[in-house]
Amino acid sequence: MIRARGLAKRYGEKEVLRGLDLDVPIGGFLLVTGKNGSGKSTLLRLLAGLLAPSEGELSVDVPRGEIGYVGHEPLVYRELTAVENLELYGRLYRISERKERIGMLLERYGLWDARHQRVSTYSRGMQQRLALCRALLHDPALILLDEPFSALDGEGVQLLDRELSEIARVRTLAVASHQPERIEALATVRLALS
Amino acid sequence: MTAYARDVVALARKDLLVELRTRETVPAMLLFVLSALVVFHFALPASTQGSDIAVAGLLWMSILFTALLGLTRSFFAEREHGLLEALVLAPCERSAIWLAKALSVMCFLLVMELIAIPAFALFYESVSGATVAAVVLADIGIATVGSLLSAVAAASRTRELLLPLLFLPLAIPIIVGGVGASVADAPGRYLGFLGLYDAIFAIMSWASFEYVVTE
Repeated sequence: MIRARGLAKRYGEKEVLRGLDLDVPIGGFLLVTGKNGSGKSTLLRLLAGLLAPSEGELSVDVPRGEIGYVGHEPLVYRELTAVENLELYGRLYRISERKERIGMLLERYGLWDARHQRVSTYSRGMQQRLALCRALLHDPALILLDEPFSALDGEGVQLLDRELSEIARVRTLAVASHQPERIEALATVRLALS
Repeated sequence: MTAYARDVVALARKDLLVELRTRETVPAMLLFVLSALVVFHFALPASTQGSDIAVAGLLWMSILFTALLGLTRSFFAEREHGLLEALVLAPCERSAIWLAKALSVMCFLLVMELIAIPAFALFYESVSGATVAAVVLADIGIATVGSLLSAVAAASRTRELLLPLLFLPLAIPIIVGGVGASVADAPGRYLGFLGLYDAIFAIMSWASFEYVVTE
């Protein structure tokens, strides 16, 4: 599903990734670790198609609409409610049974009671939960999660642990994390960036 | 309704909803245009105000600079919170993002002009039907070109400087057509000129937006 050969990414003079080879099969779980600035987020953005490689080959055999991405920002409109945000993305992703899917995700991620509140009133942890709902809304084939545990409280972390265990069985995942010990056992491909 | 039209409606509705909740762009535009008209009223000598061309120029300058203020804010949410990435990842046509933004900018401009044109008539002189038609055609051009350039500028750190630098030269034909339609005895050819400008730049913006939002 993911194949990279000699992948490199530069921002101006600064080289963030160099000569990276990578193979992740369908249903694989890629765990990306490394210190700050090592290129974890850049790699996920390359996989999402948000960045173009500076050099090398990268092939991700998934259509654009089949990727779920959680980045550093929750990527939701703060002046809209959780339901309005998910409705918008649901329409753009052409989800037929939107209401049911949105309701199910909001309930599962503990946001049901706050569903009609504007996101600007949410805590950072709630925003992260909503970001996960947004990324999983269209049941994507490839899920890219950049530091998904950040800002989550203990309950949220446990919830995500369970979710990742379930998702890893049926979907292809790439996760960049500072807390690899939480998900190390699930990983089928490990990549340590330096 | 086609999937493309549904995407445009959903995205434009979102922009209008965000503006209704924040009330940051339209009130700022209204305040700016009224202030500009008042300042021009006192800044220009009374003798100049008798000139049709000078007075028409004031209206068009006010509209243009107010539009620039609105355009500066048009990709604010997407820029501040990286939301363009989420929209770009969706399977919708990327040009739908541009068209929706252009439609919402157009709505903001029309609301502003609903106040600005009567205010202009109050301070200076009445506005002809040709001028109103020219304003609507100009709005289309401003919204289409401006939304594209606003997306270009949003990716830059110097966006507040970059947008006027890109937009104002491209808006010169709008001023030429607008002032011409306001003062000419036969405004038809100026309205045609504005219509042609709208068509050319709408097609160019529609076709190039994809390259603006992808690296």
